[in-house]
Amino acid sequence: MNKIFRIGSGILVVMSLFIMLCSGCRGGKKSEQEVIRVDMVDKTAILEDIEKAERVFQALPSPLESAMLIKSSGAGFDQKLLNPVSNANNYVTSKSMALNLGIYTCDLSYASLYEQTQLLIDYMEAAKKMADGLGILRAIEQKNIDELEQNINNSEVIMKIVSETFMNSNSYLEENDQPATASMVLLGGWIEGLYLSTKLVNMNNFDGNKLVSRIIDQKLSIDILLNLLSGSKGNPAIDELISEVTKLKIVFDKIRLDTSPVRPVYDEASEATILRSEVKTDMTPEVFSELAALASEIRNSFVK
Amino acid sequence: MRASKIIPVLVLLIIASTGFADAQCKAFAKSECLPKLSGYTHDGNYHAAVLMEGEEAELYKTFYSDMDYRVSIVGDEKLPSVEFRVLDADRNVLYTNKDKNYASTWDFKLQSSQQLKFIIKVTSSSNHSSGDAPASGCVAIMFGFKLN
Repeated sequence: MNKIFRIGSGILVVMSLFIMLCSGCRGGKKSEQEVIRVDMVDKTAILEDIEKAERVFQALPSPLESAMLIKSSGAGFDQKLLNPVSNANNYVTSKSMALNLGIYTCDLSYASLYEQTQLLIDYMEAAKKMADGLGILRAIEQKNIDELEQNINNSEVIMKIVSETFMNSNSYLEENDQPATASMVLLGGWIEGLYLSTKLVNMNNFDGNKLVSRIIDQKLSIDILLNLLSGSKGNPAIDELISEVTKLKIVFDKIRLDTSPVRPVYDEASEATILRSEVKTDMTPEVFSELAALASEIRNSFVK
Repeated sequence: MRASKIIPVLVLLIIASTGFADAQCKAFAKSECLPKLSGYTHDGNYHAAVLMEGEEAELYKTFYSDMDYRVSIVGDEKLPSVEFRVLDADRNVLYTNKDKNYASTWDFKLQSSQQLKFIIKVTSSSNHSSGDAPASGCVAIMFGFKLN
């Protein structure tokens, strides 16, 4: 009896140590895959830096930030571009719900910035459906939707609710050891922002178009996105997405984006540091069309 | 016999406490880090981890021109000061809070969009001669923005 107990305890200890070791290398913690970083600067030096870090965060623009970039460029609102809320019933896999949680959050952020009040409520409910389907507890509660309705003309409160509900989702996924799902949510939001931006560009006003500049800026995030996904490499859903995003990277690589060295200057008036630098960019209409077509193809595969 | 009972229980307690500490980071981030973004819209992203004295974390993020940003980086009160440095793509240091008495926030804006790298390090306190274990606790990193 004692012998059986000792063997049982030993197995338990080994299993527990195994779980501890696994939890130490889970997504979000530094992992072999996360060390994959392709950038314009000295790769070896960056790899050395990453080796030193206990934890590496790859921060994509959030859906709210993506929507704000569209609004700040002066682009208009077009409801036809959004993923219809009626599609929410079609998403039954974790992958489709995660991607569309990001997509609906971007759509609701876009609607909120253009004061599309009823749409905002509808899209918050669609996002809630996705979060509930993923088992994300208390990410978006009925009280959040009620609060939205009560503050429908208060943009500051609306932005706060959108930001808070998104943080509830991604913190839940992070803390419940679901980095692959968290990455897919972020990818969904980012691709929707890119899709909306490319669709809203007026080709008659291509040169000097601020929205085009914002699209070029996304070249700076493509490696961050690939690194984020690589943290969950081996997951079949993620591997498929890496393949799709790699196609986008190939097109982004055709865009020129050269930045001069950054000079920090403290501005007394605003009590902020201004990071001064000049940038030279070049994207031909042909490359833009290629990028727009690919962004549409990927996004439409996510929402179908 | 007694040891064989205690060890698995201890191991399971350690595992449970690690998960608990992670879960506590969200509450910590919301109560201690988020309020420091006052006046800015939090982007909704969540970055937090349990770090020990001397440990580092890194964060890569793209920032855009025409936006005002605030970063808030806050460590648990059990931890010594949290130092952060901001580097550009060429690894030039653009800012360090070490020169600002380890200030937990930094306001900045960009003339042109850039990918920046944040290196966050929990400094080591000097009073470990008595053999105390290094402190560990949550460190949260949050970004707020507004149009300029």
